[in-house]
Amino acid sequence: MKILVIEDDREAAGFLKKAFAEVGHTADIASDGEVGFALADSGSYDVFVVDRMLPRRDGLSVIAELRARGNTTPALILSALGEVDDRVTGLRAGGDDYLTKPYAFSELLARVEVLKRRSGSKDVETVYRVGDLELDRLAHSVRRGGQEITLQPREFRLLEYLMRHAGQVVTRTMLLENVWDYHFDPQTNVIDVHISRLRGKIEKGFDKPLLHTVRGAGYVLRDE
Amino acid sequence: MAIPAIMKTTAARLSALYLLLFAICAVALVFYIEALSMRMLTEQTREAINEEVSGLAQAYQRGGLPGLVRVVRIRARQPGANLYIVADPTGRILSGNVDSLQPGVFDTRGWTERPFTYRRYGEDSDAEDRSNHTAMAQVIRLPNQMLLLVGRDLGEPEQFRTIMRRTLVAAIGLMGLGALLIWYFVGRRALKRIDSVSKASRQIMGGDLTQRLPVSGAGDEFDRLSENLNAMLDRIAALNEGLRQVSDNIAHDLRTPLTRLRNRAEAALASAEGTEDRNEALERTIAESDQLIGTFNAILMISRLEAGYSTEAVTKIDLSATVADVVELYEPLAEDQGVTLKTEQVDTVEVGGNRELVGQALSNIVDNAIKYTAGTGENPTVMVSLRQEGGAARLSVSDNGPGIPVEERERATERFVRLEASRSQPGSGLGLSLAKAVMSFHSGRLELSGNDGGLTVAMVFPTGDNV
Repeated sequence: MKILVIEDDREAAGFLKKAFAEVGHTADIASDGEVGFALADSGSYDVFVVDRMLPRRDGLSVIAELRARGNTTPALILSALGEVDDRVTGLRAGGDDYLTKPYAFSELLARVEVLKRRSGSKDVETVYRVGDLELDRLAHSVRRGGQEITLQPREFRLLEYLMRHAGQVVTRTMLLENVWDYHFDPQTNVIDVHISRLRGKIEKGFDKPLLHTVRGAGYVLRDE
Repeated sequence: MAIPAIMKTTAARLSALYLLLFAICAVALVFYIEALSMRMLTEQTREAINEEVSGLAQAYQRGGLPGLVRVVRIRARQPGANLYIVADPTGRILSGNVDSLQPGVFDTRGWTERPFTYRRYGEDSDAEDRSNHTAMAQVIRLPNQMLLLVGRDLGEPEQFRTIMRRTLVAAIGLMGLGALLIWYFVGRRALKRIDSVSKASRQIMGGDLTQRLPVSGAGDEFDRLSENLNAMLDRIAALNEGLRQVSDNIAHDLRTPLTRLRNRAEAALASAEGTEDRNEALERTIAESDQLIGTFNAILMISRLEAGYSTEAVTKIDLSATVADVVELYEPLAEDQGVTLKTEQVDTVEVGGNRELVGQALSNIVDNAIKYTAGTGENPTVMVSLRQEGGAARLSVSDNGPGIPVEERERATERFVRLEASRSQPGSGLGLSLAKAVMSFHSGRLELSGNDGGLTVAMVFPTGDNV
């Protein structure tokens, strides 16, 4: 994956470049808004990672102008401001996701990978399949190996989200945001308990685990 | 030109300005009245002369020149008489009550162009005296080439003009005096008040933040200004205090986990053990720093909410939906910990607020309740209810855990305060403080209560008008 990082903090940008390289992604760095806009406008990237406060031109206006020019490459906004309103303005300007500094790289990576996948969207599919697990979005039914599994509405949404991003790491905050629509940081392991319940329902009685825990990052639904 | 120091005060400037303005108006008014009156007086004079002339003309028609001269003589002798002259064609005075007049008057025919000077018959022959009298007149050439002049003294209008001038001077003088008085009484008093305010503010700027501006109790605009400024100072002092507390708390409570973090990293670096151990140490380091970040964010958020300059959006939110969300979110965790989490009575209540903030505050309270109730008593239970009571919505979370002693309840919502009994529990100690800050953002309050064991934390939202 080719990522454009528009970030004025050299150290942070350098760290991102290296960290992305370690997981097999290429990251180009632009250290101010103008350069970032020029690169984003000309090059072909899979995802933009844009800091909000940049020299010469702020991140939101870069994204807004790219969108106005018809560039639909997903963009993740990085910001030191963490209020809900900032998130709203960021997303309204054309950003696709929002992450507050300081953040964990695993969180950023998970979000960037999910954003990339979004372009080849699974939204049109009505049935998701991972191994022998099958989720029918229209019929609201889940089966594994032909066996019907009964889920609570929230469990269904949780599984739906995991299956839509099958093979990708999703973090706890991503789950809270997308399944519960809350953006705060839960103090305790509430999400973990929901996951283990879901795991119990979809894995009990089957040999093969599907829902895996990724240490220090989150969860991934994968048929290994 | 240097402006005198006294002119630098607003009061003096205003007084001077008013004085100037009124003076201009008075002058204009006086001149207007004068011009109007003069015109009227002149008109009257002309009419009187016209009447005389027509009377004399009749006398001339009836008795010829001798008849005219006779009438003139009679009239001229009356007290305060008009001016009458019968002269030969060269202008030599034959009869009348005028001894001499300004040369050239007889050159005109009809009305004299401008007032002229004259001397009455029998008056002192001193030439200078002539200038004391001015008059206007009509000169008529009789059919036999003789000249008749009928005129009227202008003393009256002149006198009037003098009176007007004097009035004007007196009026301007009085206004000057008035302006001085206004400046003295209003200006000086205002100045004194303002001076005391600036003196107090200088002391405050000098670092004495406890100083307040004087309020005289008169309830005037100076008092209102002082009261507002004092309220502002209180706010600043509160913010300042908040800031100081935050930095104190950061210093105190982040130092410990930061030290622990550092030690752990150091130990991992120094350890001769295998990669497995090192990885585990690193993971714990990451987990610890995540928690630090969380704590840090919470501190910032609390400060922002308490300072009241948060820009968080406010919309209509359905509290019952938030209750359902949070209970659903925490229910598995509660069950895991052997705690029964349930809702008791949930009224449908809509309030103006921020869904995220309310959700987070309620999560913190429920989280705390589960944490402190778990493993206590026979049947640990956390009950959430939402009731509309009069002008308020009461969202309460009650548990049957150990509770908080009455005397410690106030302190429980302070930042970082973790009551002795809870030291062993994980958490940043910011949960209730954040909830309290969220409630103050919503113009509501957080109430802690509870008797015979257990604790009830209630988020009280104002609803409707009767708050």
